[in-house]
Amino acid sequence: MQYTQFTEEQVGVMLTTIGAKTIDDLFSPIPAAHRLTRPLDLPKGVSELELLRDCESLAGRNYDCTKLTCFLGCGSYDHFVPTIVDSMAGQSEFLTAYTPYQAEASQGILQLFYEFQTMICALTGMEIANASLYEGATAAAEAVMMAAAITKRDRVLVADNVHPDTLAVHAAYDADRKIATTVIASSGGLVDEQSLADALDDGIAAVVIQSPNFFGCVERLDRLIPKIHEHGALAIISTDPLAAGVFKSAGAHGADIVVAEGQPLGIPMQYGGPYLGLLAAREKYLRKMPGRVIGMTTDREGRRAFCLALQTREQHIKRERATSNICTNQGLLAIRAAIHMAALGKRGIAEVSSQCFDKAHYAADAISALDGYSLRFDAPFFKEFVIRTDRDVAAVLDHCRSGGIAAGVALGRFDDRYADCFAVAVTEKRSRTEIDALVSALREA
Amino acid sequence: MSSIASRPAADITKKETATVTVPVSGRPVKGIESASSSQAMSKKPRLQQRDHPVLFELGAPGLSGVSLPPSEVPSVDRAKTIPAELLASELPALPEIGELDVVRHYKRLAHRCFSIDENFYPLGSCTMKYNPRVNERVAALPGFAHLHPYQRESDVQGMLELLYRLRCDLAEIAGLAEVSLQPAAGAHGEMTGLMIIGAYHRHRNEPRKKILVPDTAHGTNPASCATCDRSAMTVRSRPDGRVDLDDLRSKVDTDTAAMMITNPNTVGVFDEGIGDIADILHKAGALLYLDGANMNAILGITRPGDFGVDVMHYNTHKTFSTPHGGGGPGAGPVAVAEKLRPFLPVPQVIKRDDGTFGWDENRPSTIGKVRSFYGQIGVLVRAYAYIRSLGCDGLRDVSEKAVLAANYLAARLGERFTLPIPGPYAHEFITVPIAGDSGVTENDVAKRLLDHGIHPPTMSWPIQHCLMIEPTETESLATLDGFVDAMIEIADEIEHDPEVLRTAPHMTPVKRVDEVAANRRPNVRWRAE
Ligand SMILES: Cc1ncc(COP(=O)(O)O)c(C=O)c1O
Repeated sequence: MQYTQFTEEQVGVMLTTIGAKTIDDLFSPIPAAHRLTRPLDLPKGVSELELLRDCESLAGRNYDCTKLTCFLGCGSYDHFVPTIVDSMAGQSEFLTAYTPYQAEASQGILQLFYEFQTMICALTGMEIANASLYEGATAAAEAVMMAAAITKRDRVLVADNVHPDTLAVHAAYDADRKIATTVIASSGGLVDEQSLADALDDGIAAVVIQSPNFFGCVERLDRLIPKIHEHGALAIISTDPLAAGVFKSAGAHGADIVVAEGQPLGIPMQYGGPYLGLLAAREKYLRKMPGRVIGMTTDREGRRAFCLALQTREQHIKRERATSNICTNQGLLAIRAAIHMAALGKRGIAEVSSQCFDKAHYAADAISALDGYSLRFDAPFFKEFVIRTDRDVAAVLDHCRSGGIAAGVALGRFDDRYADCFAVAVTEKRSRTEIDALVSALREA
Repeated sequence: MSSIASRPAADITKKETATVTVPVSGRPVKGIESASSSQAMSKKPRLQQRDHPVLFELGAPGLSGVSLPPSEVPSVDRAKTIPAELLASELPALPEIGELDVVRHYKRLAHRCFSIDENFYPLGSCTMKYNPRVNERVAALPGFAHLHPYQRESDVQGMLELLYRLRCDLAEIAGLAEVSLQPAAGAHGEMTGLMIIGAYHRHRNEPRKKILVPDTAHGTNPASCATCDRSAMTVRSRPDGRVDLDDLRSKVDTDTAAMMITNPNTVGVFDEGIGDIADILHKAGALLYLDGANMNAILGITRPGDFGVDVMHYNTHKTFSTPHGGGGPGAGPVAVAEKLRPFLPVPQVIKRDDGTFGWDENRPSTIGKVRSFYGQIGVLVRAYAYIRSLGCDGLRDVSEKAVLAANYLAARLGERFTLPIPGPYAHEFITVPIAGDSGVTENDVAKRLLDHGIHPPTMSWPIQHCLMIEPTETESLATLDGFVDAMIEIADEIEHDPEVLRTAPHMTPVKRVDEVAANRRPNVRWRAE
């Protein structure tokens, strides 16, 4: 298949205009020694129909979550996505637009991102938000760099019960940056307040805590954040934007920077990406924030207008002194999230949040009442919880899977200490019948 | 505020009215009919010219655009399960709007956008080519779109095979040994590449810190160096845009970790000194990094690995046509030479001896993970579909036609505009549109192009006052000629009517936007009065 549209005759005309004999002449600056003298070792191109056959056959070899009942979580969740999210976000005016550098011709998308920023502030309880980062783990890493720049300190603490990928990204980034990360221990599923107090000193730039954390437990932010502030460190809280319908937001607890994996806001699981990195902060940190920000202003006739604001923070202007190297972001995912939040609205978000909470608790009660299964932690949780079992975890999950149920994520893959545990996530999408079927399958396993 | 309805030449606000009128304040673009007097007298702004409310001005308390089934499970007593200090005391202040009005809102916002699907977008360095519809269909297949990242490997064999094939295809196109699909975008790929370079030198007990970057480099190159705590040292370019080899030689030393280069470079030419550049670096024990933003000019013609590159990133959202989505997502796969393979991120998708596919975590020298899960999978699926569609023959055709289109435009525009760098060009080129003392700036030219329904080229980078023009291979000759006509008309206006440029754009939903005010008094969140 080719998407070019010059006829042979037109090619001739164009070459004449250029003053070249052949297309090959145009490549004359490339030294012969560097030229590829054979075709690329790839199959020849195919028609649209053949492409669809190939891709449908690959897709057909996957057991996707429309064929399974999905209780998998740990950073990616099977939430319900209303039809209008796909149909509105799929408009090609959004899909095939570039970054809205030309404000006059991009008012629609600029306004949309401005509204997105506002709604992210509402969910996180913060004053400002950017127009997206790559995903949750890199958003936390960016927040740490932001905090280091604000506090002019270069050591950070990260709780050991954040998503393991967040820890992994910090470890990898640390090898090449001025910031050094220390991991602080949790106990009983929650950040250990004593370990935190012991690790804090006046050289710490920030503490990264996730709540609900990787185990699904909700942290005592009311007690942790004041401790962090005592040492002049910033509290970076990673959260689930949907928890705001039941739990007090991180912003309301006094967080300085809030980050999140925005996937629960209308983004399909897609085997792990593209997702949506959220970053919100206190207004006084606006000029230190990474990523694009949209502002409201006026046009020269005084009517309301939107544009990219504070671009002097960004790499195309500040180069090595930019707040971040990010350029391409996750615009289309922010568009999805905006439409999702607008469609759900205040009541819809509350309902989704409540149903996640009630259904997860219903499932947790029923599972922990079974012989051989118990709740690993007794901390409060939102939509996800950890089950410990004296049966073989892999065998249990396999048994459920053979009945069409993806029952949970085995935690042994992340940490040997949890080899007898699996995490179960229950979204608003799961019906009582599906939860009851999970409980039966676990009983039989 | 003008009370006269206007409609742009090329559908910037579009569709809601069939009547073509022009604003009295601006001037018509050639070929647009004048307003009839009755329209011009109309008091009310029409349709898309009206200020469009923000979301928070719509709806009424109690409305929602989504309905969920009843919960069916007992409601848990919050007070008994959650400490009072952790309970939300109020609901988040989201809007309350019915479904139809949500749809209308986003429909109207879509009408005020600028997209490849509607308009020519010769934005240099961004490769704004057609995004094939079929790739959207492929990415939306439930077998790809609804997989959870922690499903067991035996349930996702098709997905893993696709990723494995893509990984191999990208290595072949680069002429390099192995590819990681993990990085999220070009800049993230740069960072990953620099981390790999760092690990390589550390492995050899040489903590080299310096990264050389040409003065024409994209802003992300020095910014990525800073993120990795490396100092970026600038290497001069010659007047013809090539790297000044003498300057390079004088700056390469035993502390030099690598040079980051873009080739074809950002002024639009292939640097034929690339072999020498690679030699100079390699002799000093340093590595050569390629910013692959301009791969669209060399697919199947030359390969970075064949001209001395050790590590590079791709931008799938440029070269492989994955849609830009108003700013993202992209993907920035990184390709490396043999000696850098041990340092690639984990997990890596592999084909096992028994023919099954899986994730390999076992790489002792790996730099680790640069993002969560495995990568921008939905984007990578589209890139796979694109590469499969075009194949070895089609990819080469892409570059041939992209280069042909750029050189054709340069030849035609060269009759009227200055081309500071001589050709032949790769897939893009630079022109400086303003001469003389008209007071018109390149920004005025850019804004005037909007009136023609054309997205302005990249401006003022990498050379001051320039426009960087990249037509891509997917445009028709008629579109290219239309662009030349528009540019020539604008050149005439620079000479005879500069005011129309200084006050441009005239045909967009809003007039020139006050970006200075947006920075002086930032308003980045809606606050109810
Ligand atoms: C030459 C060049 N390098 C790097 C980048 C950064 O890539 P990304 O936007 O995918 O992060 C760009 C993007 O515009 C570019 O044009």
